Amino acid sequence: MRSKSLAFKLAFFILTCSSLIFGAVLGYNYYVSRQLILQNIEASARDLAATTAQKIETVLRSIEEVPETVAESLAEITYDEKTLKQLLHSVVDHNSEIFGSTIAFEPNAFDGSSYYYAPYVYRSGRDLKLNWLGDEDYVYFRLDWYQIPRELKRICWTEPYYDEGGANITISTCSVPFYRWVGNERRFMGVVTADVSLAWLEKMVSGIKIAKTGYAFLVSKNGTFVTHPQKNLIMNETIFSLAEGRHDPLIRKIGRDMVRGRSGFIPLKSLVTDKNVWMAYAPIPTTGWSVAVLFPQDELMADVLRLNQIDALLACLGFVILLVVIILIAKSITKPLRALAYATQDIAKGNWNVELPKPKSADEVGTLTASFIYMKEALAKYVRELTQTTAIKERMESELKIAHDIQMSIVPKTFPPFPERKQFDLYAILEPAREVGGDLYDFFFIDENRLCFVIGDVSGKGVPGSLFMAGTKTLIKSCAKETAGPDAILKKVNGDISSDNDFCMFVTVFCGIFDIRTGEIVYANGGHNPPLLIRKGQNAEFLPGGNGPAVGVVPNAEYTQGSLFLKPGDTLYLYTDGVTEACNEKEELYSEERLRDFLSRNSGKRIKKMVEDTLREIRLYSGAAPQSDDITLLVLRYWGEAGAGPDENEMTLILKNEMSSLAKLESALAEFGKQHGLDGDVLRNINLILEELTVNIISYAYADKTQHDIVVHLEKREGKLGIQIQDDGKPFNPLQVPAPDLDASLEKRPIGGLGIHLVRKLAESVEYQRRDGYNILILKMSV
Amino acid sequence: MPEPVTMSARSMNFRRTYRPVVLWTAVVLSLAVSGIARAEATVPAAPKTLTFITPWLPQAQFAGYYAALEKGIYKKYGLDVTILHGGPNRSPYDFLVRQEADVASLWLASAIEKRVQGGRLVHIGQIVQKSALMLIAKKSSGIRTPKDMEGKKVGLWDEIYQVQPKAFFEKNGIQVTIIPQSYSVSLFLRGGVDVSSAMWYNEYHTILNAGYDPDELTAFFFQDYGLSFPEDGLYVLEEKLAEDPARYAAFVKASMEGWQYAFEHPEEILEIVLRYMREAHVPANDVHQKWMLERMKDVVLPEDKGRLPGSLAEDDYLRTAGVLKESGLIDEIPPMAEFCKFEGGTREV
Repeated sequence: MRSKSLAFKLAFFILTCSSLIFGAVLGYNYYVSRQLILQNIEASARDLAATTAQKIETVLRSIEEVPETVAESLAEITYDEKTLKQLLHSVVDHNSEIFGSTIAFEPNAFDGSSYYYAPYVYRSGRDLKLNWLGDEDYVYFRLDWYQIPRELKRICWTEPYYDEGGANITISTCSVPFYRWVGNERRFMGVVTADVSLAWLEKMVSGIKIAKTGYAFLVSKNGTFVTHPQKNLIMNETIFSLAEGRHDPLIRKIGRDMVRGRSGFIPLKSLVTDKNVWMAYAPIPTTGWSVAVLFPQDELMADVLRLNQIDALLACLGFVILLVVIILIAKSITKPLRALAYATQDIAKGNWNVELPKPKSADEVGTLTASFIYMKEALAKYVRELTQTTAIKERMESELKIAHDIQMSIVPKTFPPFPERKQFDLYAILEPAREVGGDLYDFFFIDENRLCFVIGDVSGKGVPGSLFMAGTKTLIKSCAKETAGPDAILKKVNGDISSDNDFCMFVTVFCGIFDIRTGEIVYANGGHNPPLLIRKGQNAEFLPGGNGPAVGVVPNAEYTQGSLFLKPGDTLYLYTDGVTEACNEKEELYSEERLRDFLSRNSGKRIKKMVEDTLREIRLYSGAAPQSDDITLLVLRYWGEAGAGPDENEMTLILKNEMSSLAKLESALAEFGKQHGLDGDVLRNINLILEELTVNIISYAYADKTQHDIVVHLEKREGKLGIQIQDDGKPFNPLQVPAPDLDASLEKRPIGGLGIHLVRKLAESVEYQRRDGYNILILKMSV
Repeated sequence: MPEPVTMSARSMNFRRTYRPVVLWTAVVLSLAVSGIARAEATVPAAPKTLTFITPWLPQAQFAGYYAALEKGIYKKYGLDVTILHGGPNRSPYDFLVRQEADVASLWLASAIEKRVQGGRLVHIGQIVQKSALMLIAKKSSGIRTPKDMEGKKVGLWDEIYQVQPKAFFEKNGIQVTIIPQSYSVSLFLRGGVDVSSAMWYNEYHTILNAGYDPDELTAFFFQDYGLSFPEDGLYVLEEKLAEDPARYAAFVKASMEGWQYAFEHPEEILEIVLRYMREAHVPANDVHQKWMLERMKDVVLPEDKGRLPGSLAEDDYLRTAGVLKESGLIDEIPPMAEFCKFEGGTREV
């Protein structure tokens, strides 16, 4: 449902609700109208049954009177055979419903000599005939029409019977007992009967038609069907045998009610149509018979049903119209919304020229559209401005990049700078905090043997700093050629800058002139951090003296000059405050002390490595804190007239992560051992350790299949051998590996365990570090 | 018979059928199928003809004979049987005496009485083993035990049907007013009598189907009072039996087989019964005939399973004859061997 359209949701919920409401109304209406009609039907049915019974009753009553009158007269008058015949003749002749009549006497009651005496007058065609009833085969005293009134001492109607072969009519005999007074005794003399044709009754009952299939029927006192649309029931079945045959206790119950002279109204299944009917029944008291009328339900309810069907049809039509209207309304809402949605997608793709629907109305959708148009225009304007700004910024960035390149190009970057001069090594680096920086360094020969070197830090960074730096550098270089010493250089530069320093910028500068023949350095310091001097094999020391104000601050400032001699192997380490003032995440400065200690530890390294390690150290210290200031380093190492030559105490091997590197390792080690006169056993052990560790790294350190470098650094100084192994593989501390089970077979031993075991046995100290994505294992041992 | 046309109206209430609509002419109906039987005969010897008369109009009371006839059982036994029907004023005994029928169905008590009175009839088979005759009262008249009948009006059929009721009243020491009862139960239903005679397989059901529930009625079965009489039996004149005993033995045997068939195929046989009834213009009510056939099964099959169906137990015979003697209807009990020629003899076929 959530993903359905608005039109669908509207249509679904509105139609569902209205269907429910209409269904409830229709259902209630149907129920109530049905109840009303049912009440009417019950009233009509009861009325019809009662009226019919009443009509029959009236006729039977009037017929009854005939034999009753005869019986009464017989009690009074004196009679003979002729009188009786005349009486009977008159009875039959004057009453069309009476088919025959008899006056039947008790045995010998007529004249004392006739055991049977019962003259019977009956219709035969248009004539009346006389017959005498009673003989051995027809002992009428035992028959119902005689016996019942005799025993009950009242008028009785026999069960109706069909006079087949005779008059072919249904007949019921009405019998009235008659008495005479003999002395004090009212003696039963016999019965007067009238055989009554029930043709009129059959006609009346079968003439009752209710709707199309409704009908009426009549049952006798014993429950026998006297009339019924199903002819085979008549005289053959009682309502009880019917109930038994149909296994229907309800019919039997109704039957019992009927023969007991009760009236009722009850729904049941029609015997004829098998449809639901309502049946009302009423008794005929005279005979004990019962009339039932059956009202077919569906036919009588047809009007209500039809009305409801028409209602339902109209409702369906209404729903269709409602549906159309809902869809139209929904469309009028969703069309601009959909247009807006498409427009938004276009706008999202950057198409600002997309046409938005015009707000047609002042409703919510119109307001939304208007707002949307406003938003689009505002956005377009903003984006236009943003594009311009971005273009400007990009241009500036590109210019800055160029400026960076230019700045880098104005400091010398070729190392070693003077390969022909073996007397010294020099290495420098400048890392601006931004694209361009305010630091500077430079070095150049001012004559055949004197090298001027300078390091500086402009107040401010970025473009102004870089411009100032470029100016300063050029100024220094030009001054250096013309001027006698560093102090004079600074003084001249200071004069030049401060005389025309509208922006009050300044620069700290350390400037030195190095005589490569003698190792003498004369220097002047214009407010710059004191460089560090590292005498060969000693700790680093800050260079004292030679301090003056920063260049460009004080016009006509004087600078003092200091000097020192470098001996072969001594190193001068210059830096800017980007190093010592680098901050870690807690905003603690790296500090000059840390730098001094670091250099003391790393004094034996070649200057390029010393510079690189310093940068790494600073980055490590800073962690996630951004570089806040430009970093510049310049390191000078003096070798004397003899020159440096390779440092034979060190060896650095760069191995590829492949097994063929092992041979290279072994031969390099052999060479290193020969140079340093290492004992054969020691060399073997070193070889074994390195091989173990290297194989381990090659085999397990790298998850990918690309080439990696494994750096093995050996350093032998004063009877100590330092070994450092560095790889950029996944973190692995071999020192945490448990000692191997030396008794276990080789295949089952954990990898690398043996190498570390040896290392622990042979090395004086072992140290593992994980730094900058490198595993670094450092061993120290005596040799 | 005077004026059959008018009598038709009168005679309605006469009959022992439960519905008062039958033609006099129907009474004389007989079902002669001998021609057909002969035509279909497969046995080379010509079948022996035999005429049998039932005590009443067609109904399920005679289902076994119809079954034997219609299902070819008589023919199987080499018999060509014609079934006649008795009815009001058509006494099967008279047919026997006049030799209009070879075999007649009579009540045992009636037959013993005739025998003692000099009749030449002998017993060859016992169909109904115990009394279906009973007395019925409405509980509403306060009758729940025999003693309650004291002073009440009791409807009794004539002659032989009064033997058991009278012995019953005697036995229970009660005095009742006897009202002659016709073959309708209307007098009882209307309250003209307090107690009605009824056959269990007939009038009892008629009363139920006039709207009385069994629990509204008190039923007295004579067998519950030591007065059970075997009823419908097969009889033949002694000299005719002597001429061809095998023919009658075959008839009894085939009839019993017919009964067996009827009890095993009630639906099929009921169709036949109803057809016979319609052909005889007797009101045919299927549920009533179904009831009757079911009750016939109760009274025809001997309770003692070891006994051959169709045989007469000696104690039943002696009890019946004994009651007759006590009632003064007979002076002596005829020896059973003389009266019951086929007792056990049905096996001889």
